[in-house]
Amino acid sequence: MTPLLSVQGITKHYGTHIGCADVSFDLYPGEVMGIVGESGSGKSTLLNCMAGHLAPDAGRVMFDTRKPSGDDAAGHDTYGPRDTVTMSEPERRMLSRTDWAFVHQHARDGLRMGVSAGGNVGERLMAVGARHYASIRDQATDWLGRVEIDAGRIDDRPTTFSGGMQQRLQIARNLVTGPRLVFMDEPTGGLDVSVQARLLDLLRGLVRDMGLSAIIVTHDLAVVRLLADRIMVMKSGRVVESGLTDQVLDDPQHAYSQLLVSSVLQV
Amino acid sequence: MTDQAYNFAYLDEQTKRMIRRAILKGVAIPGYQVPFASREMPMPYGWGTGGVQVSAAVLTPDDTLKVIDQGADDTTNAVSIRSFFERTAGVATTTATRDATVIQTRHRIPEEPLTEGQILVYQVPIPEPLRFLEPRESETRKMHSLEEYGLMHVKLYEDISRHGHIATSYAYPVKVEGRYVMDPSPIPKFDNPKLSGTPAIQLFGAGREQRIYALPPYTQAVSLDFDDHPFTPSKADHPCGLCAATDSYLDEVITDDQGGRMFVCSDTDYCTARQAAGHKGKDAA
Repeated sequence: MTPLLSVQGITKHYGTHIGCADVSFDLYPGEVMGIVGESGSGKSTLLNCMAGHLAPDAGRVMFDTRKPSGDDAAGHDTYGPRDTVTMSEPERRMLSRTDWAFVHQHARDGLRMGVSAGGNVGERLMAVGARHYASIRDQATDWLGRVEIDAGRIDDRPTTFSGGMQQRLQIARNLVTGPRLVFMDEPTGGLDVSVQARLLDLLRGLVRDMGLSAIIVTHDLAVVRLLADRIMVMKSGRVVESGLTDQVLDDPQHAYSQLLVSSVLQV
Repeated sequence: MTDQAYNFAYLDEQTKRMIRRAILKGVAIPGYQVPFASREMPMPYGWGTGGVQVSAAVLTPDDTLKVIDQGADDTTNAVSIRSFFERTAGVATTTATRDATVIQTRHRIPEEPLTEGQILVYQVPIPEPLRFLEPRESETRKMHSLEEYGLMHVKLYEDISRHGHIATSYAYPVKVEGRYVMDPSPIPKFDNPKLSGTPAIQLFGAGREQRIYALPPYTQAVSLDFDDHPFTPSKADHPCGLCAATDSYLDEVITDDQGGRMFVCSDTDYCTARQAAGHKGKDAA
């Protein structure tokens, strides 16, 4: 089986500081990978390198690109695993609005705050060529329903939404084009626990239903326990431990993983 | 009489050369915004400094200049720019569209069809059609270069969701020859169909934003729309009160404080020519 995403030796330095160093892993279709670690451990740097927001100093990010459908298929024999680091920018940006999705920690980084909820969801559709207003609106309504936002709020701006609703809207906006890989940067950060629980429930349902692969960066071990199949523990830019989620969380081997697991407050 | 203190058409020859190079590049890449080193002009930004610089660069001593502001030849902006070039370039001026070789315009395209050999110069306040959706210049440039114009439709989507129809009525974006999305300056969308396939050269100058762009003759410019909400040029649903024209763009004029009003052609040259030919509207004296 071809991995959907194969990360090989990703390294990023900020001057003399290490952002992340020599990170490699494979992600298979339908799999959810959690990346945990303290602040400054290089989680977000790694995620941004993989999603094409940052250019890594070394390493490759191989993504299993889809065979173009219909008329586009002619003259394209470059599908299959391709290195997204060296891929041309138009191709990478095309990927990032079709096969990829990126959920930011702060919803306002990932939403257009001056545009209505429907417009936010429809943007990716229009970016890939949808030009029929009624069908764009139908899909937007459908997606608002799937993320549990009342269809009556479709013409309201995200500024009038609560934090949890904004985060759900951001997820709808990202998933509307049916991506195969979702990058999430602290998707539950800044939300209170009951809203977090609903959001996690929703995410788990969507990931399972759509067969999504996802990479979730978080410092919240409960999030990875619920969502992730496998996790990597990072410290000082390096992966110190990786394995199945339950295995790592229940029987941490590395001293830092043990510290991380034992730091969680028990109520 | 040309004031000898100035070079022909106010700008020095090196500046005109620089502007002409930008214009040539703009004509070669229709709809692409070419940066140029805009000069301080003896008028405030917003009064047509971009258009004046483009006009100065294309004027020759044999040209006949017409200047219109919202279609009118007799408003402050039009009168002062016309006298500016009378004084600094000594060129002939006219108010008749067909006699002019260079027409500088603010916010209108003349009603009378333009012909080959004419140059229409637009004054542009904000050349970037994506500006109010994407504030970053670095990002809008990238969007133009990669042809990522989905965002333009988000604006139209917002219009329909809020008003039930595309409510953008001026500065309506067009796609030029299937490539660049362009802001046609704040002309009413009634004028948009006239942008496309015109035999005249159309040049756009934005002084404060330092951009020049162009539509060469017979260039296709398609107004953006949705399949189920097609583009419609719109105007006030009245005949002109002075010349009874039904095919021209109209201004609404308030005539008293009891709610009295009349609709008149915004193109004064078109209206006076029709009146001289004997057409008479219901409000004509």
